[in-house]
Amino acid sequence: MPATSEAMMTVRIERPLSPHLQIYRWTLTMTLSIVHRATGVALYFGTLLLVWWLMAVSSGPGAYAAVQSFTSSWAGRLIAFGYTWALMHHMLGGVRHLVWDLGYGFKPTEREWLTRATLIGGILLTVLLWIAAYAIGGGGR
Amino acid sequence: MTATPPSGAKSMRTPLGRVRNHGSAHSGTTDFWRQRLTSVAMILLIVPMVVVMMILLGRNQAGAAQILGSPPIAIIMLLFVVASIWHMKIGMQVIIEDYVHDGKLKLASIMANNFFSVTLALTAAYAIFKLSSGV
Repeated sequence: MPATSEAMMTVRIERPLSPHLQIYRWTLTMTLSIVHRATGVALYFGTLLLVWWLMAVSSGPGAYAAVQSFTSSWAGRLIAFGYTWALMHHMLGGVRHLVWDLGYGFKPTEREWLTRATLIGGILLTVLLWIAAYAIGGGGR
Repeated sequence: MTATPPSGAKSMRTPLGRVRNHGSAHSGTTDFWRQRLTSVAMILLIVPMVVVMMILLGRNQAGAAQILGSPPIAIIMLLFVVASIWHMKIGMQVIIEDYVHDGKLKLASIMANNFFSVTLALTAAYAIFKLSSGV
């Protein structure tokens, strides 16, 4: 359609173009949009750990010991902590999207509030879960 | 529209007649809907999942296997695994469709995404069933 309609125009009208992304002031909602996707990708690969752990439990003590030596290591614990945060953040971000899907929360103040709640809530839930985990089992999963 | 309509400029068909039944294939929102369905499922499952994880903390393999093999916990695990892997498969496909522009590479990536997701889901299901049967 554009090709034929443009050919019919004798003079090409200079219309304002959509500005590039970097023209806009960077906002928290933009950051969290990317973080939502990034946490989704992290959880995608994190699921490998969940499945590895399930297979290990079903395989026997040897395989389970390998998982435990990983989860009790410094790096393993950091990954488990990161996984918890990614899950909590992505979940709250998802709730925010469901609220938007239902048609609520589009006013600037509501939008900002939801975004802040996602960010702070994700961190808060993660810390609470890890405090509970250390209180119950003396360490992460 | 100034361009010639597909059925010819002199067609006797009305504009409405031309577009009727050429609209939605009634399947375009399947992934969108499943993404929401699985997300709500996971929101419902997150509390039981956290409880299960807390119960399992600090246990040895035999203890963990016994707990994971009990019917309610095995079913919670199975539901969560299915919902989460379905959700992540759709999510990754959206990302591939956004960023991979080469047609064949896109096909290969989407196929790999499907293979990866199905393998993970069935491996998890295998482990859960094995634990439940007490082998």
